[in-house]
This record gives sequence, structure tokens and C-alpha cells, in this order.
Amino acid sequence: MKILVCIKQVPDSAQIRVHPVTNTIMRQGVPTIINPYDLFSLEEALRLRDKFGGEVTVLTMGPPMASESLRKALAIGADRAVLLTDRFFAGSDTLATTYALAQAIRKIEQTFGKQDIVFTGKQTIDGDTAQVGPGIAKRLGLLQLTYISKIAECDPDKGEVVVERRAEGGVQVLKTAMPCLITMIEGSNDVRRGALGDTLRAARAEIVTWSARDAEIEDLTKCGLKGSPTIVKKVFAPAPRSEKAAFIEPGKNAAESADALIAAIFTRHPALEADMTKLASGL
Amino acid sequence: MIEERFDAIVIGAGMAGNAAAHTMASRGLKVLQIERGEYPGSKNVQGAILYADMVEKIIPNFREEAPLERHLVEQRFWMMGERSHTGLQYRNDDFNEEKPNRYTIIRSQFDRWFSREVQAQGALVICETTVTELVSDAYGKVIGVRTDRAGGTIFADVVVLCEGVNGLLGTRARLREAPKPEHVALAVKEMHFLPRETLDARFNLHGDEGVVIEAAGVISKGMTGMGFVYTNKESVSVGMGCLVSDFAANNDTPNGLLEAFKNHPSIKPLLEGSEVKEYAAHLIPEGGYKTIPELFGDGWLVCGDAAQLNNAIHREGSNLALTSGRLAGEAIFQIKSRKDAMSKQNLALYKKLLDDSFVMKDLKKYKDMPALLHANSQNYFLAYPQLVSKAMENFLRVDGTPKLDKEKATIASFVKERSWTGLFGDAWRLARAWR
Repeated sequence: MKILVCIKQVPDSAQIRVHPVTNTIMRQGVPTIINPYDLFSLEEALRLRDKFGGEVTVLTMGPPMASESLRKALAIGADRAVLLTDRFFAGSDTLATTYALAQAIRKIEQTFGKQDIVFTGKQTIDGDTAQVGPGIAKRLGLLQLTYISKIAECDPDKGEVVVERRAEGGVQVLKTAMPCLITMIEGSNDVRRGALGDTLRAARAEIVTWSARDAEIEDLTKCGLKGSPTIVKKVFAPAPRSEKAAFIEPGKNAAESADALIAAIFTRHPALEADMTKLASGL
Repeated sequence: MIEERFDAIVIGAGMAGNAAAHTMASRGLKVLQIERGEYPGSKNVQGAILYADMVEKIIPNFREEAPLERHLVEQRFWMMGERSHTGLQYRNDDFNEEKPNRYTIIRSQFDRWFSREVQAQGALVICETTVTELVSDAYGKVIGVRTDRAGGTIFADVVVLCEGVNGLLGTRARLREAPKPEHVALAVKEMHFLPRETLDARFNLHGDEGVVIEAAGVISKGMTGMGFVYTNKESVSVGMGCLVSDFAANNDTPNGLLEAFKNHPSIKPLLEGSEVKEYAAHLIPEGGYKTIPELFGDGWLVCGDAAQLNNAIHREGSNLALTSGRLAGEAIFQIKSRKDAMSKQNLALYKKLLDDSFVMKDLKKYKDMPALLHANSQNYFLAYPQLVSKAMENFLRVDGTPKLDKEKATIASFVKERSWTGLFGDAWRLARAWR
């Protein structure tokens, strides 16, 4: 089987903050990681390869430093990595991104052979649109299976795959023909730790690096900022809703402290006091 | 098991490891370097001051590319009283030279850059991989390492241990004992961010000039230790450290001392309005010459902190690590060029090169200092700083007391605290240990 996994290098959102004055995202010094959702897809792809043979190619679009994420994917066990990088891609929204990625996937199929499954993560943690996977499927005319929690069966000879899909109110069991596009949800598997041989191979690997021209992307007006109808008008951090905490001086003993605590709560919430008093008097 | 063999495996990508890997790879050896952190530098903690000379010997033009913060033009030594400090301050415009001698750096950035240089020389560097044990043959010669990854055993002619102060591997392999609490300091530091203009104005700096404050005295509450303030481009590194055994005996915590240090009236205004973005802790080998373990054996060498190569008196460590790593690399290259075996006998060359360098000469010079400061820490870190502070106050406060009486009172306070024999004894012991 030939399997392609699209990954994205994203800032570790756990460590990102919005500047309180300028409302811009403070990216400086924020470490980058592989989009966590993509790792579930990568693991699933590696399992299929281990079972049926073949190869797993990882693809990303991004600045040159995105090659770090590709190298990590290789160290986890992927066989080949392709980096699509060009200044023409800067500022891409999901429409422009899927255009470029779909073209790159066509080029990958020309160069390395037809892919049976294209995997993406459910969504990224920086954009959160969940549009890129379906967008690629649409552009390449692939059947799409989103929010997949399990690949139940796969038959490369018949070209069929059976999956479990998380849906409202339950789980759908779907069978479809390959080639197809699958997006895995979180927690669907445990991502492996590459063997020592994988890390050595990854450290040495040549990452296939393509510009727009290398990937034979001709219509540059569909790329980057030019090809992106979506414009970010404003970014802001929602105002924290929490009330100011109060410090209660501890009393001489636990009972005294408890009295002080209850008094403080009732002062702030008189309605609660009324309810409680009513309740207590009823007993 | 990996079939492929390497000339050398370097464990760790800190200063010593990078120096060793660079030295060997640039001379054409086939080198594998294994780092447990996510990337080289991710786990490395230092104040940090970089000494240019020792980097130049490995990468002559490092100044053009390396991420450096500020070059140092000023040093302040502060003896801390409760609410005072008595300072010795040295600033020299000659330090604003074309090739400055000392820089502040941020290790996570510098080490990452250094590792890219190592890789550019052809060394294979793998991260997020922990070496769990050394692999030896039937005769006890180290022939490779085992890692925590599947299929994770790999062989080489020689293993260079640059694993840092804890030295778990070497200890586990019984190459040396674990460092004792009285021979390691526990230091904690915070990175305080300030706008560059504020920092420049507050510390009297222009351009990329930097200043270092090193402080000792009552801040360590009589324990052997010190505090520091280093200026980076847009941040200040503030730290405090004491011997682990002292912390244990006094039931004190490093973060408690650091909080007190930051709130000292002489330090607090320097940090006002800053934002703390990082907090780190690290052990520092402080036992000196007498605690240096076996440095080589059949198929292995040890460098840097793991070998306890640290000059606590001058607060130099990274330069000793860089130099020991480089000399280990040179020794291995020489042995390899002669097509000799990596036997204990041949690897003794590393020790010889180290003995001839400043590393062992400096450590030998101060061989008695660590024990002296430790045994007399109450005097050197508490009593004298208090006396000096009192003496300075007495000297400066104008209150109608005749100067002669003031001098007598100051001398009396010293004699009362330490007695004449004590005073001369302390001075003599200190002078003898310094020589």
C-alpha cells in the first residue's frame, strides 16, 4: 500500500498567548510541534504499512523550518518526507492551502506512485477549521471519511476499507472504496516511539523539497495571500470572566474558619443565603 | 541492534559533547551523538556566560553566526549585608573590542546553533533518545551503548561520556561514584524580561554591552553559595545557588533563597516591572580537583560536568567542558590516526592533554578552596559580610563620633566576632588555599 499523510507544523498552543495591548498572537519563543491530530493519522498509516507492506510518505507545506516536523515524522517511522515550500504560499487560507497540497499530491503520485489512502488530521490546533482534509478530497475527487475513530478492516486487493466514524448519537460503520481520504480523531491510537534505526535514518534522510514550480503548480494566483478570500479581520483574547479572589483570614480553629468562609460567601451571594436559610428552617 | 559501527559515540549535546563531536567529525571521524532532550540545548541550563577563547579553538569565526546576547564590559562583585552591599566594580571600555572575551548567552539557543555546526561537520545527531547503559565486552572494554529505543544497541570504538553533572550512566557502569551532596551546588535561576531601553538605562549599557553582578554574603544565610545577575539582550538572568549538603543541613530551599535575593534592596530595583518567563534549576559540580573521578578507561572517556571539571572559585564551567571535550576529541583522533586501539593505555593521552591545559592547572591551584569555604562557610558567607557592612556604615555615617573611636569600634567588632587568632587564621587559610 502507498499511503500519504499530510502534517502541519504548528506552534504549541498550550504555550501561546495574545498580547494584551496589541491583540496580536505572540509567537516569539513558542516551540513548534507536529499538529497533535496529525500524529493519530500518521500512526494509523504506519500500522497499515506494517500490516500490508508498502510505504508511508509525509507531506507538509510551510516555511523551510517545517522540515523539522518532517524529520520527526521520519523518526517515528515514515519512509519519505516531502516539503512544499515557496514564498508564493505565504498567507494561504484553507482554499489556497488545499489547492497547493492537492497539486503536490498529484506530483507525488507522478513521482512516487498512486496513493491508496491520503490521511490528514481532523483539524489543526492553530487554525481549527477542519477544512483542509475535506478540501483536498474534493479537489482530488477522493471519497472522504472524516472523524474516524478506527480502521476496522482494510483489503488492499479488493481496494476496500471499513471504518468506524464518530457521529452524533453513536458510531457509524462505513465501507468505502480506495483511494480515499481519512481524517482520524484524537485518542484513536497510541502514537509509537520510533526504533533507534528510524531515528538514525531520519537524521540522515534527504527531505524532498519542492517549490511551486517543482510541484508544477502553475496558477500562482490561486496560491498564498492572492488565492485566499478569507481575511483575518481581528484577533483578540476574550476578557477573563473570573471574579477577584478573596482571602479569608484563618480563625482560631476549623469551626471559626468555616464560619468566616460561609459569611464571606453569603455576603457575596445574598440569594444563596436566603435559600439556605429557608431550607434550614424547613428541617 | 544496529549493524552500522561508528568511530565514536558521544553521549550528550551540551558544551562538552558538542566540542568533542565537532572536533572528531571535523577531522573526518564517523561520529554518532545521542541527546535525550527534544533538541540540543532543550535540557541545558547555565547562567550563562560564554568564554570566547575556548569556542574559538573549535569554531574560529563563531561570532559571525552564533546567537550571542551581550559582550561583557563590566563586572560587579557584591558582598551582601542584610540591607546593604559593599561592592567592587570593574568596567573597562577596552572590553568593547572587535573580538570580545566574554558573552552572555542563552543555552537553549546557543547549543542548538552549536549542534547545527556539529552536524555540518558530518556528525550524526539524534535526539529524544536516552542511553540507558554502556555495553562492554567480556574483558570489560566499553564497545557501545544501549538506548531506550527499540533495537537500540549500537557499537563504536570509543564512547565519550558528556552526560552532565549527575553522570547516571558512568555511575551505573561503576566508572565512578555518584557526586556527594557536599560536592555539588543546587542553583536556580529565573529569566526576567524587560524592554531593552529599560535594561540599558538601568544597568548603564549601550549597544550590546553587558554587565555581570556576582553576589555573596548574608543572602546564603551562612551556607556556601552565591547569587548572580546577568544581563541578556532583553532579559536578566537572576539566580542563586548553594551546596546541596548545606540546603539539607539548614532545611532551606533554593527558591526561598532566590525570592529573598530578588527582594534584597540592592537587587529589587534592577528587576522592577519585569516579567518572569522561565524558571530553571541545575546542579553544579563544586568539589574541585579532589573530586575528579577516573577520566578514561578501556573504550571510554568522560568530559565536562560529568568529570566534575568546574572551577567554582572563578565560576567557570562551560569553558572547562568545551576544552575537555575538544581534548578528548583530539586524543581520539590521534589514536585513530595511528591505527591504535582505544585502550585505557592509549586513551591516557586525553588525561595528559588535560593536565597540560589550564583545566587541570587551575583546578589544582584551588584544590583546597572548596573544602575551606565549606568548613568555614559561617565565617566567610555570614560573619565577615556582616562585619564589612557594619564597618562601611560606621565609616560613612557622620554622627559626631571622632574617627579614631570609629576605627577602634570597627576593629573591636571584628576581634569580638572572630578573635585575633581567628582573623589571622582565616586570612592565612584563605591565602594558602588561593596560592
